[in-house]
Amino acid sequence: MSTKEQRVAEIVAEHAGREGPMLPILHDIQHEFGCVDGEAERVIAGALNLSRADVHGVVSFYHDFHEKADPRPEVQICRAEACKARGVENLMAGAKQAAGERVKLSTVYCLGLCSAGPSARVGDTLHARLDAAALAKVIENA
Amino acid sequence: MSETRIVRISDDALARALGADALAAAFANKGVEVHRTSSWGMQWLEPLVEIEGMGFGPATLDDVDAILAGTSSKAIGEIVEHPFIARQQRLTFSRAGQTRPTNLDDYEETGGWAGLRRARQIGSEAIIEEVLASGLRGRGGAGFPAGIKWKTVAGAAGPQKYIVCNADEGDSGTFADRMVMEGDPYALIEGMAIAGEAVGADQGYIYCRSEYPDSIRKLTEALKLCEGIIAPFRCEVRTGAGAYVCGEETSLLNSLEGKRGEVRAKPPLPALEGLFGKPTVVNNVLTLSAVPHILAEGGAAHYGALGMDRSKGTMPIQLAGNIKHGGLFETAFGITLRELIYDIGGGTESGRPVKAVQVGGPLGAYIHPDQFDIRFDYEEYTVADALIGHGGITVFDDTADMGQMARFAMEFCAAESCGKCTPCRIGSIRGVELIDRIRAGGRKADAVEVLPVMHNASKKGRLPEQDIGLLTDLCETMKFGSLCALGGFTPYPVMSALKNWPEDFMPESEKVLDRNDA
Ligand SMILES: Cc1cc2nc3c(=O)[nH]c(=O)nc-3n(C[C@H](O)[C@H](O)[C@H](O)COP(=O)(O)O)c2cc1C
Ligand code: SF4
Ligand code: FES
Repeated sequence: MSTKEQRVAEIVAEHAGREGPMLPILHDIQHEFGCVDGEAERVIAGALNLSRADVHGVVSFYHDFHEKADPRPEVQICRAEACKARGVENLMAGAKQAAGERVKLSTVYCLGLCSAGPSARVGDTLHARLDAAALAKVIENA
Repeated sequence: MSETRIVRISDDALARALGADALAAAFANKGVEVHRTSSWGMQWLEPLVEIEGMGFGPATLDDVDAILAGTSSKAIGEIVEHPFIARQQRLTFSRAGQTRPTNLDDYEETGGWAGLRRARQIGSEAIIEEVLASGLRGRGGAGFPAGIKWKTVAGAAGPQKYIVCNADEGDSGTFADRMVMEGDPYALIEGMAIAGEAVGADQGYIYCRSEYPDSIRKLTEALKLCEGIIAPFRCEVRTGAGAYVCGEETSLLNSLEGKRGEVRAKPPLPALEGLFGKPTVVNNVLTLSAVPHILAEGGAAHYGALGMDRSKGTMPIQLAGNIKHGGLFETAFGITLRELIYDIGGGTESGRPVKAVQVGGPLGAYIHPDQFDIRFDYEEYTVADALIGHGGITVFDDTADMGQMARFAMEFCAAESCGKCTPCRIGSIRGVELIDRIRAGGRKADAVEVLPVMHNASKKGRLPEQDIGLLTDLCETMKFGSLCALGGFTPYPVMSALKNWPEDFMPESEKVLDRNDA
């Protein structure tokens, strides 16, 4: 077993005995490795007595899980209705420019800060009432 | 200045996103005691600083000295007297702004656990009686009477049953669930424990969306602290994984079980065959959080006396988007949109005229200002082809492009469809293409259509009017052919935008294609 396989097996074991352990396991693996790849899927499938296709089906269903890790820092920008009403679309060109190749910009539909958009998330830190300059700063600091 | 003064600043996610943590630290540095409380819900004033009942906001680090000296220009006077607060009828949000969210003493002192204690005394049947009498309906969207659901689960065969709290709050323009989880987590937990008492379930799950890291943290902490109080009932937080459709209750159950979040066909009802096939109550955060008040002495009658017709009690309404006074406004049913948007919300933040409001999240209709006399009531909205949903109101000013918003509704449906049924999975993608075509002024006949063998194909391309007809047809198909409301209700924002603002679907400058009459 590779060290990664071993670590995945440990994570799976930590959740053994819980009802419906799949999502908690996937979250932990995504968090630790930045992705849930084929290698991880195989280990999970083995431990939970599922086929790899079953596990892959779950991984690929959810926006939070990725098959490949992306080493870039990520900034999630809300582009749902209430943030659109507050002008987020006008900030996107500038955001893309600020991000360049270094930062990954991704779209999220609502962070629950809908009276104070546009809003963004970096890790577990939230930002609201963003204008072009503030968003550029968030991206630069990511 | 006296050193014993207490400064209260919210530690709600919105206040924190606007710098509340740094502000709290700055006050602490000045030697005053800082309490991190829930939010009052006056979000345009966040971060809001409260000292001896007086409010200051939105406060920045530069305001700290002046606030302490009593000379700040950010003063808003006494918070409870503020019209935004004074006009509300707060039951679910009765503690908002006033307690420290995970502090057990604060909870107990403000009437916490009284509902659960009484529930344990009166027993299952009487609990369900009271919930029925209160008229409480599900706040997650469908408005199904909570008491009837509980009765079904109570009557189902045990022994294992579950209470599942739907905390997936995916609708744009809504944040009331988040505010409860971050501001008054014990109220939700108490509601779940009462539900457990009513139906005979000893295990609860709160399925919280991953976009709410603060809620997950607070709930986890609160659950640990009150473990002994709610026992033998046990409860756990589970984190969603970024799928909007997992707010649909059967999709949510699949997700909790560790499967793809595909919607299940009903029947069987989750009440009879829910989580792991066991009888399960699935209720929204707001539904469950309303329960402790209802179960307290005299609570059911009080609750049932508020509201109108079959919409009883209060609704935590969320004012969002381009609105001057955005935030949480809890009031009895029956209030009009006009009051909410202008009197309470103060109109648009941009100061421009209101063009449209969307009520009920991404699946809700866009309402034109001509219809603003509509009253907040489940039935009145249904008649108007609109929905209350989770009570979110998103305001747009006259710069909004409703054609774009209609396109986004389809785009969102395509991105979030669980894929189980064709009208939703494929229809939404065709919907995006159609709206693009309409806005581009129609299209020419394509290479296949012009082939001589394609006898039935039009050789003239398609006019925007014809594509509008096709879009209308598509919406009908989605409405009646979809298994759940994601595909089934996406037509509402699309068709309401088309009906009320057809000019926004017009091709720019009405450019007419030179149609090839080949
Ligand atoms: C696409 C879709 C998304 C939904 N999202 C939510 C949600 O985020 N939160 C919620 O409580 N209910 C949501 N619902 C409604 C639930 O299916 C269900 O009606 C609700 O959880 C029942 O609880 P209640 O009776 O307390 O409202 C959604 C429904 C659909 C079709
Ligand atoms: S309407 Fe869409 S989301 Fe709902 S079951 Fe069908 S495919 Fe899934
Ligand atoms: S719509 Fe952007 S935070 Fe809710």
